[in-house]
Amino acid sequence: MSTKQMTGAEMVIKSLADQGVDVVFGYPGGAVLPIYDALFKQNHIRHILVRHEQGAVHAAEGYARSTGKPGVVLVTSGPGATNAVTGLTDALMDSIPIVCLTGQVPTHLIGNDAFQECDTTGITRPCTKHNYLVKDVNKLSRTVHEAFYVATSGRPGPVVIDLPKDVQFATGTYEMPKSAAHKTYKPTVKPARDRIEAAVDLLLNAKRPIVYAGGGVINAGPNASKLLTEFVRMTNYPCTLTLMGLGAFPANEPQFLGMLGMHGTYEANWAMHDCDVMLAIGSRFDDRITGRLDAFAPKSTKIHIDIDPSSINKNVRVDLPIIGDAGFALEDLIKVFKARQKKNDAAAMDRWWGKIDEWRAIDCLNFKTNKDVIKPQEAIRRLYEKTLADGRDTFITTEVGQHQMWAAQHFHFQKPNRWMTSGGLGTMGYGLPAAVGTQLGNPDGLVIDIAGEASILMNIQELSTAVQYRLPVKVFILNNEYMGMVRQWQELLHGGRYSESYSEALPDFVKLADAYGMKGLRAQKPDQLDGVIDEMLAHDGPVIADICVDKAENCFPMIPSGAAHNDMLLGPVEEGKDAIGAAGKVLV
Amino acid sequence: MAKSGTVGQPGAAYTFVKSDQSVRRHTFAVIVDNEPGVLARVIGLFSGRGYNIESLTVSTVTEDESVSRINIVTTGTEMIIEQIKAQLERLIPVHNVHDLTLEGAHVEVELALVKVRAKDHNRRESLRIADVFQAKVADTTLESFVFQIEGTTDKVDSFIELMRALGDTEIARSGVIAIARGAGVVEV
Repeated sequence: MSTKQMTGAEMVIKSLADQGVDVVFGYPGGAVLPIYDALFKQNHIRHILVRHEQGAVHAAEGYARSTGKPGVVLVTSGPGATNAVTGLTDALMDSIPIVCLTGQVPTHLIGNDAFQECDTTGITRPCTKHNYLVKDVNKLSRTVHEAFYVATSGRPGPVVIDLPKDVQFATGTYEMPKSAAHKTYKPTVKPARDRIEAAVDLLLNAKRPIVYAGGGVINAGPNASKLLTEFVRMTNYPCTLTLMGLGAFPANEPQFLGMLGMHGTYEANWAMHDCDVMLAIGSRFDDRITGRLDAFAPKSTKIHIDIDPSSINKNVRVDLPIIGDAGFALEDLIKVFKARQKKNDAAAMDRWWGKIDEWRAIDCLNFKTNKDVIKPQEAIRRLYEKTLADGRDTFITTEVGQHQMWAAQHFHFQKPNRWMTSGGLGTMGYGLPAAVGTQLGNPDGLVIDIAGEASILMNIQELSTAVQYRLPVKVFILNNEYMGMVRQWQELLHGGRYSESYSEALPDFVKLADAYGMKGLRAQKPDQLDGVIDEMLAHDGPVIADICVDKAENCFPMIPSGAAHNDMLLGPVEEGKDAIGAAGKVLV
Repeated sequence: MAKSGTVGQPGAAYTFVKSDQSVRRHTFAVIVDNEPGVLARVIGLFSGRGYNIESLTVSTVTEDESVSRINIVTTGTEMIIEQIKAQLERLIPVHNVHDLTLEGAHVEVELALVKVRAKDHNRRESLRIADVFQAKVADTTLESFVFQIEGTTDKVDSFIELMRALGDTEIARSGVIAIARGAGVVEV
């Protein structure tokens, strides 16, 4: 164990450097000044000054999701910490490894309602995987290293370390622990072999199998996605992905059914409903996925691989739970499968694929183009095609709403870590700061935030950050002058009474871009779309592209809330008919 | 144009068909690091996820006071009880979680202090009942007794019910502490 005397603030920087951190997203304030002073005196760690602490956490999330490394955040006490809460909750819901350092008033003032004091550990307890208040400088370095271990191992998540100012000034001993092992926290990563054998037995006897994979595969590292691809190709099972899992299996493979769930494809949802054996990997049976629980895949035997035991039987009772890392589990599955030297009943598989092809033939993502008005789906498809032609490694972030679902449906991902979106919490304002973090983690990548005009305004201040650090992020706004998803639900549930969902008094996004010192473009007609996308991609710097799209377009297909997978809406509902029953209306 | 199928299955949204919906009472022993905030983590988990707490006790149980044992009595369906255990195990300072109800025979005891204010016949009756229940007299004045009673929750409940019939009462209860029967020792 290497030991050295230094101040708490210096220890923070040294621990981060020893953890291999190269970027920290933060915002200074009174209670973290000693750490900012220590940052000033070194050259290992780059600090990115955001414009709002929520932006710092989302930027760290974008960095983490696109690089696989933990994201690090540094904010001050009080409002600095409370502003970070939305980002922390977002990271908890989507299992993103974040270490967030918060300043705190000196220990002797804690509990006195001091200036910029808040109960940070109390406030963040339910929205972090774990949190710490460090009161002794000699425990500081150990705590930081432990925080990184907790944030990145098992099911990843955000960890907060609250650092009183006197502890940052105090001198103590720096320790770099030799082993990361924790005395009580020991996540299971290796799956039980007999369970894997049992899973293979179930799968080999299946007549209508399906693979349903999620963000856990992405969190298990790029190799897990490779193994998933190998497994699906080898077995020829149909594969569907959750919103968080997009990219874990290449979208251009014949076995890919598209995304499932509320705005998933017809074929993915019907195949889930009709399957006889379901292999869920790193997915958590979220309510956007299952729809009506008592009608969820009613005739299926369910195998669930997850690293978090609390995900098992939480929403849906499964028949064969397997606790472990998705990568290890897939590796073992492939080994056992190969050793069996058996295949599924060929005739049954042919029938299954025949059925799936019938569902595919519905062409559920189809939409009518129009020569007078840009369809949002068309804008995403053209953007996708143009990025393919561009050839650069493309990273997409999104805000939350209709544009997010259209992006998930019409932008296709061949690799993991290329799709950054707020899935669990559904945080409007996620995309722009996430794009900033993604670009920092991937300086040569093409980073595009697919946004809506309402969402983008929630963290618009981060344009300043992009400009300051010369980050060439592209903000592609599908501007329909509505909080589109709210409007869509008001249309389906509330008789078209669009209460407060119109985006009144919007800024001129082209002038706004200009004001921030970046390029602004606008497309109002379909024939302007390609030109604007070309110009956006060609510009070496940040761009806002304001794409004025059809104001009335709704996102389909859709499983109305409270409905089952085989009860999808493919298009607008007939006049006078109710799409959503009374039981569904109370759900979100 | 509505292209939608129908499902012939009954049931409201977000309900389960197959799983056992009966509510049962389970007693947990949770072994945790004795550090600030650990009880808040456990209680926050219960309130945040909408689980019930019927009773909760906590105290350090090791010589060096580094480890505490929390006993929780809770109610829920089979799926909820399973979730409670898994969620508790997810907390970083938790060493291990024992569902004593599931693990087998165990001893459950609680302690109550029952103050009853009564005169004449009722006062004498309270003392007789206390004798039947083997409750001890912890304090007395000319118009009141404080009885100390220990035993199962049921026994304490019945004693309190009887005392309430005899006069004004004030009750302090410890909540359940529990330990598995047999020679096995829980690791901390």
